[in-house]
Amino acid sequence: MSIPAGWQIDIGLEIHAQLNTRSKIFSGASTLFGQSPNSQACAIDLGMPGVLPSVNAEVFKKAVEFGLSIGAKINQESRFDRKNYFYPDLPKGYQITQMDHPIVLGGEINILRSDGTVKTIRVTRAHLEEDAGKSIHDFKPGLTGIDLNRAGTPLLEIVSEPDIKNAEEAVAYAKAIHQLLTYLEVCDGNMAEGSLRFDANISVRRQDAETLGTRSEIKNLNSFRFLEQAIHFETERQISVLEAGGTLVQDTRLFDPDRHETRSMRSKETATDYRYFPEPDLLPVMLTTEFIDEIQASLPELPSKRAQRYQTAHELSASDAALLSQDRGLGDYFDAVLTFSSNAKSAANWVRGDLLSKLKEHELSITACPISPKHLGEMIQLIDQGVISGKIAKEVFAALWSKQTESAGDYVRQNQLEQVSDASAIEPLIDALIAENPKQAADLRAGKDKLLGFFVGKVMQATGGKANPQQVNDLIRQKLSEL
Amino acid sequence: MNDLVNEKTLVELSTLAALPFEPEKSKATLDALNEVLALVGQMQSLDISDVAPLAHPLERHQTLRADAVTETIDASALSQNAPLYEAGLYFVPKVIE
Repeated sequence: MSIPAGWQIDIGLEIHAQLNTRSKIFSGASTLFGQSPNSQACAIDLGMPGVLPSVNAEVFKKAVEFGLSIGAKINQESRFDRKNYFYPDLPKGYQITQMDHPIVLGGEINILRSDGTVKTIRVTRAHLEEDAGKSIHDFKPGLTGIDLNRAGTPLLEIVSEPDIKNAEEAVAYAKAIHQLLTYLEVCDGNMAEGSLRFDANISVRRQDAETLGTRSEIKNLNSFRFLEQAIHFETERQISVLEAGGTLVQDTRLFDPDRHETRSMRSKETATDYRYFPEPDLLPVMLTTEFIDEIQASLPELPSKRAQRYQTAHELSASDAALLSQDRGLGDYFDAVLTFSSNAKSAANWVRGDLLSKLKEHELSITACPISPKHLGEMIQLIDQGVISGKIAKEVFAALWSKQTESAGDYVRQNQLEQVSDASAIEPLIDALIAENPKQAADLRAGKDKLLGFFVGKVMQATGGKANPQQVNDLIRQKLSEL
Repeated sequence: MNDLVNEKTLVELSTLAALPFEPEKSKATLDALNEVLALVGQMQSLDISDVAPLAHPLERHQTLRADAVTETIDASALSQNAPLYEAGLYFVPKVIE
């Protein structure tokens, strides 16, 4: 959808990322997904009288990792606040969150737009808080069931500035955050299980207006597609109201993908409605400089840096570099292959081609890949050394994948798959072929170069793919010139 | 000093708070309320623009715990005081979104 002439759109995203800790943010209950209802909710998560929260150190480590990765300021002292609201899936009647002193301040994310340009989206802040439970509406008529397993799961809420100008940029930004969180291994990024959810603050204004328009907040979008659709429907709605001379009311809305619309849930709360106040059960958290420095030192090479290295140090194409660096495991695998084979271009082709398609076919992640980087690297080295042809390599690859062998070299030796580079073994084959196909030979001599492929193909066939195609090429030319 | 609360306000507040108004105690209540409010007034006259708000009365920092699952959960015991608990779920009157 293009934006109607005369209008501009301003979008800010709030992204809720579940941090992949073992236990909850304020209790020692498990965060495992998909367990039977209320089997993961302890007395603290249930808000029983007299319980006290205890803070999980790991959530701070993960939040700091994220903050440092986007160039943000880390608040050494951060505090928790109570955000009061009543809803059955929030048993305490308040959510513990960070209002005035969040852990992460500022930072930025670069996105790639479809026209190839890079745009920087500023991050306002990222703060730690607890997730709520889940309401189940269709189990018993007239009643709502409450499952509190999710209550207390740690969330990092990442808030952007309204720098996003259309749905495409919003999706690119959301995907960049998703990639970074999963790359850092601080969030599993599983959107189907609600590990990452988006709230979109959307407003429209006339092209020449200097101040932002009245915004609506679309809650709980759990896929990139819904995010994109919700922005389209909501901007269309707001523009049509304003063009008809109406006024907009600041509100919170739900996206209904079936009806292709957003619906108002409630007029927007302001901060005062939530009666924020400092959480009396928790003291301010002070992180030491050493704690932050240690995390800084242990940060992995980030996707953008890694892609840059692949392009400059290994001369890979931009698309190969981007693909191999988008996933940390894949990048690590590729780097490991390069320690056994120096041919980066060939390694990139094998990894992004044969290896990724096999992994996809068997629904395996790179960490569960049956071929180790060492074995793939050794196989690529055999090709580079002229020991096997590319065609034979496919067979060796299949043998490595199916675990018929642990070593490419052994497999090649045992099955006598070494490339035939001995000219005296190939020459008689060529002589015979020329004798059997005199017309084709004459035509090739006369300049019909396409026929070279015919002869090379026949030789490869006769040698079971073991001949060196380049050598066969040269020998055929040589033989014809001698005629 | 002017009294901030008079008898008319006191009657209104009693009604709003659903507390019985006892006329014989009205003077003592008014005096007590006004005394407290006068103290608030005195506190408000202080310039605290360069004093950071108090986050916690204890001047200490939070101790953090290691990320480990330490709770074993007995859902049937925890659900004892729930009015309606079935198939592992707590039930409340229908919430409409």
